[in-house]
Amino acid sequence: MEKLFKTVSFMSATLVMVLLASIFFSLFHTAKPAIEEYGFGFIKEKAWDEEVPIENDIAATPVKKEEPKAAVSSDDDDLASMLAGNTSDVPTKTVYGGLIPIVGTLLSTLIAMIFALPIAMGIAVFLAEIAPKQISNIVGIAIELLAAIPSIIFGMWGLFYFAPIVQSFVGGYQVSLLTAGLVLGVMILPFMAAITRDSMRTTPDVLKESAYALGATKFEVIKDIIFPYSKAGIIGSVILALGRALGETMAVAFLIGSVFSLPTSLTSPTVSIPVAMANSFGEATGMKTSALFYLAFLLFIISFAVISIAKFYFLRKDNK
Amino acid sequence: MPIMSIEDFSFTYASAPARSLSNINLPIQKNCITSLIGPSGCGKSTLLRSLNRMHDLYPNNEYEGKLMLLNQENDEMENILDIKKENEFIQLRQRVGMIFQKPTPFPMSIFDNVAYGLRISGIKNKTELKDRVEDALKGSALFGEVSDRMNKSAMGLSGGQQQRLCIARAVALKPELLLFDEPTSALDPISTAAIEELIVELKKDVSVAIVTHNMQQASRISDYTAFMYLGDLVEYGETEQIFLNPREKKTEDYITGRFG
Repeated sequence: MEKLFKTVSFMSATLVMVLLASIFFSLFHTAKPAIEEYGFGFIKEKAWDEEVPIENDIAATPVKKEEPKAAVSSDDDDLASMLAGNTSDVPTKTVYGGLIPIVGTLLSTLIAMIFALPIAMGIAVFLAEIAPKQISNIVGIAIELLAAIPSIIFGMWGLFYFAPIVQSFVGGYQVSLLTAGLVLGVMILPFMAAITRDSMRTTPDVLKESAYALGATKFEVIKDIIFPYSKAGIIGSVILALGRALGETMAVAFLIGSVFSLPTSLTSPTVSIPVAMANSFGEATGMKTSALFYLAFLLFIISFAVISIAKFYFLRKDNK
Repeated sequence: MPIMSIEDFSFTYASAPARSLSNINLPIQKNCITSLIGPSGCGKSTLLRSLNRMHDLYPNNEYEGKLMLLNQENDEMENILDIKKENEFIQLRQRVGMIFQKPTPFPMSIFDNVAYGLRISGIKNKTELKDRVEDALKGSALFGEVSDRMNKSAMGLSGGQQQRLCIARAVALKPELLLFDEPTSALDPISTAAIEELIVELKKDVSVAIVTHNMQQASRISDYTAFMYLGDLVEYGETEQIFLNPREKKTEDYITGRFG
């Protein structure tokens, strides 16, 4: 019995490692044709699903090819094949590049962080230090409920109610980098606020009292004692929120516009990695599938790095 | 001459149904050490924490009576329970410092720890800060041990060193009264002896009130002793008299170890 129990628990633990490794290798394996075709140039390449004429051994240096101007804003297969038809006397090939979704992902996440970080810190300080206990408890529960709302609800709310309001203030498109980033910010806000509040609450009362006993004000205690003391937890919460924002698909899919074009302003639509994948898998074959897997592989690497850093910080906190 | 005079003082915690301290009358003599002794829960820490209005950090606690603090500029007694504004609280806490049961170094360097109270009180001049930090560390018998690592984290010091750092941090503000809340209960005997020596040294410049569980400590260092029991002050007098010739039966029972 003892042995069986040990074996079962060992196998369960092993399963996690096997899953992680198998996801990594299957992503890598399926992405391999695209990785071999485009190499690291993939992340610098603007074109996505575009027919380009093959000139001067372009296959070897796909990054340096000339782009057909009309196709810049096109993610439309029909248009692409029409263009291909127009130049049917020249041999063409389809090019996939990750620049636009990568930029879209990073920028929307950046907007979300810029929006959410100060507000989350404000909420956490209020809940941990300023609000009376009853109010703190009620608002705390509300924050946790907010964190539990499924992302598709945020997406719909964002598209139908939030985006028009944003548009009325800043103009531009309703579906844009800005609205996607802000709704993403609203999504990660409760998450960040709750973890930050919890780590601020771990500051021992006697440490705060020591500062008050030297004549510190509440603001000074928060700034000089509580923030430095709970720094590791706060950084951890920020990085976990970052990881969530990078991978968020549904809410962003509603709001970012899903257009393969580099954003020229905050209010122009673009696309992010998860949204590109979700929208394109249905009809993808061959090299397109592989290119999507290349994107997925990149996102996996980015998220993995972000979570590793977060874990590193939590670990350091435990050791203290 | 008392630096502080506690007059008909009562205190009720927000969460408690009854008074935790009732009708305390007690002087804290200037440039002397007054120790507060008594069994756990007798209210000695509660009384000590009233003297710098520490209870005001938490809502709905209730003070009654008077806590008169000597204003050294005009030699008049002022009731610190009249304080309402934040800047008056800050001034009070700069005049009446406090050392806690456990060492509480801030998560910053040794220098910054001692300089903290000075900086928030508005001293920005670097040479003045440096001088006052060094004076405070010398006054707390710590300078020799830390002079070569002033910019290292205070978390790396030993428990006894950390507690002397906390004393230096309070002394740097040149307080008039220092409150010690069982300052050696978390320390080994050697560190305890160093702290006791330091407290005796300090009374040249500052008045001291100390809460202690350790009766030998009270008899070793203090000039006056107050024995408290269940929120009442049972007996107050010169330390020698309290320990050798107590007037009250309760005091005698406690110091001879019959209860507590």
